[in-house]
Amino acid sequence: MAEFFHQNLSYFLSGISVGGQYALIAIGYTMVYGILRLINFAHGDVFMCAGLIMVYLSASLPFVISVPLVLVFTVALGFIIERVAYRPLRSAPRMSVMISAIGVSYLLQNAALYFTGGLAKVYPALPWLSDSVVIFGASTRMVTIVTPFLTVVLVILLTLLIKHTKIGMAMRAVSRDFETSQLMGIRINRVISITFMIGSLLAAVASLLYFTNYASVTPTSGSMPGLKAFVAAVFGGIGSIPGAVIGAFIIGICENIIKGGASIFGIPGSGWTTFSDAFTFAFLIVILVVKPTGLFGEKSVDKV
Amino acid sequence: MKKRLLFVLMLLLTAALLFAGGSGESDSNVVKIGVFEPASGDNGAGGKQETLGIQYANYLTPTVTIGDTEYPVELVLADNESSNDRAATAAATLVNADVSVVLGSYGSGVSIAGSDTFRIAGVPAIGITCTNPQVTEGNTHYFRICYLDPFQGTVLANYAYNTLGAKKVYCLAKLGDDYSGGLVNYFIERFEELGGEVVSETFPDGNSDFTSYIANAKNSGCEVFFSPVSTEAAQLIINQAQSQNLGMPILAGDTWDSNVILQAAKGTSVDITVTTFYPEGADPEFDEGFKEWVNADATRLANNGGDDTVAAVTAMGFDAYNFALQAISNAGSTDPGDVMEAIWDTETDGVTGHIALDDVNGDAIRNTVYVKHANTETGGWDALPAVVVD
Repeated sequence: MAEFFHQNLSYFLSGISVGGQYALIAIGYTMVYGILRLINFAHGDVFMCAGLIMVYLSASLPFVISVPLVLVFTVALGFIIERVAYRPLRSAPRMSVMISAIGVSYLLQNAALYFTGGLAKVYPALPWLSDSVVIFGASTRMVTIVTPFLTVVLVILLTLLIKHTKIGMAMRAVSRDFETSQLMGIRINRVISITFMIGSLLAAVASLLYFTNYASVTPTSGSMPGLKAFVAAVFGGIGSIPGAVIGAFIIGICENIIKGGASIFGIPGSGWTTFSDAFTFAFLIVILVVKPTGLFGEKSVDKV
Repeated sequence: MKKRLLFVLMLLLTAALLFAGGSGESDSNVVKIGVFEPASGDNGAGGKQETLGIQYANYLTPTVTIGDTEYPVELVLADNESSNDRAATAAATLVNADVSVVLGSYGSGVSIAGSDTFRIAGVPAIGITCTNPQVTEGNTHYFRICYLDPFQGTVLANYAYNTLGAKKVYCLAKLGDDYSGGLVNYFIERFEELGGEVVSETFPDGNSDFTSYIANAKNSGCEVFFSPVSTEAAQLIINQAQSQNLGMPILAGDTWDSNVILQAAKGTSVDITVTTFYPEGADPEFDEGFKEWVNADATRLANNGGDDTVAAVTAMGFDAYNFALQAISNAGSTDPGDVMEAIWDTETDGVTGHIALDDVNGDAIRNTVYVKHANTETGGWDALPAVVVD
């Protein structure tokens, strides 16, 4: 048992760490969905942009300044996207907003392609976070250990914000009933802007952690983590924050367990890694067939 | 207000459409050579370096003499985005621009994907560093000036077994990638023939988490990590090999001969050995001239990865251009059909050696593979003895 643990620890470690990073992105999806009933397809690309902003900023500024600036710029980006591409469509059919989101996603990818010239940018090594550490014989980076804790802390802070502040109460009201809360005097636009800003902030934190581990940023590097985080949000029940976090950890861990299948389950073969993504998505289908609203999804009640 | 804005926008777009058509006219006094290379995507870095070689050659030799007339040469660039789906569109762009011959592409998959478009249009294509046999197999329009994967795979397997003394090797390819998948297969074939054992795995497109693959290599008791993948994935593999403490040498093919790899490996303890087409320093005159040319322009320097290292693909691109000019000159015409006929018998002496093609598939007859080892202290390549196979 001890030897099994010792040999396979690195799979679990990278599973938990990548799960935490997915979780931070997934919260952005799930919050926006909860309030606007909109799947913000551009969210993965906001995550990618945060990575690129860091690459360019750190080239000329010390980390003490560039890291906070990345957070600020990403939040501004999230705010601008909502202001320019989604707010004018507030009264349009939901499908139009979704198409607008897809448009923003491609716009960001192509803008990044233009700025980077199509080449992968090397992400700077953040001091302390990218140091190597050895835990029980498995060597990994500091960021792997930090990620799950940081994720949990951020989620607790977010939950406190939603449960105990005025803006949190407004968010809950808006997600319950959009029109009525507007009639009750809640400034909808402000609530929605803040939702997007929180989502972008978490995506920026996720990008710091993710790219420290996988240090290369390309215009499409947001799409796969974005897709997986979206899957995690659906998996946990879209609209639910704890659901998104737990879903993300499950997806991240499953993915890595499957990649290490030959070693963990003792069945050799090259199929394990080839089908790791397929297994993950098949797992999603099974969960959704059994529980259509996801793990923690709200039951849909028809209002008369 | 909104309507007026819409009207102005429409007017602008229509105007843009008119201008877009402007470049379509062909000038009959110019010889056009198509450059079918990726400038973005997985292989963007390598494609840009290969294009630089072609551009440098064009800078040195901007004209070609056909009969008694000297024609200026114009390069037509098309980005195939390293993507098999986009390759045909990029190929069609070149065909529509009336090129006499096409050079490229970096990456075998896109070459195979674009091949049909060139065949139908009757335009000859000269592969520069696409090493998969399928590029030229069974056709008469695709040629190639580099060695092939069965050859490279054999050399690498021999190197792993005899020189590194490995008995068990971990092979990692990208799922659905013709280049890495093909090279890994030839490697396995030869390595098992020698009596070794392999563990072979693939990773899906868009994957950036290689920690589990590295853990697999360690857990299965392998002694060498063979992963001839694109430079973009390579960068991540090196980075994670360092943080996961891989503890075995990494072996790769020609794609890894790039300053992207050197920059990633600098200051780490990762042991990298690659096989390649051209070692820097083999032709000092070429190296010097190229470095001067690259340093003279910021865009060129950026396209070369930020420094003036001479990549093997750059030297190959340089030779390919001169080879194509020789072929056009031999053909005595700019007609693609005539050029295609002439390529079969064209021979040149390039910086990467003598180039002549066999008469079966139009592949280069080459017997030398250069081996390089990444120096993690200086961030340069150390040349190891070249392998010559008879």
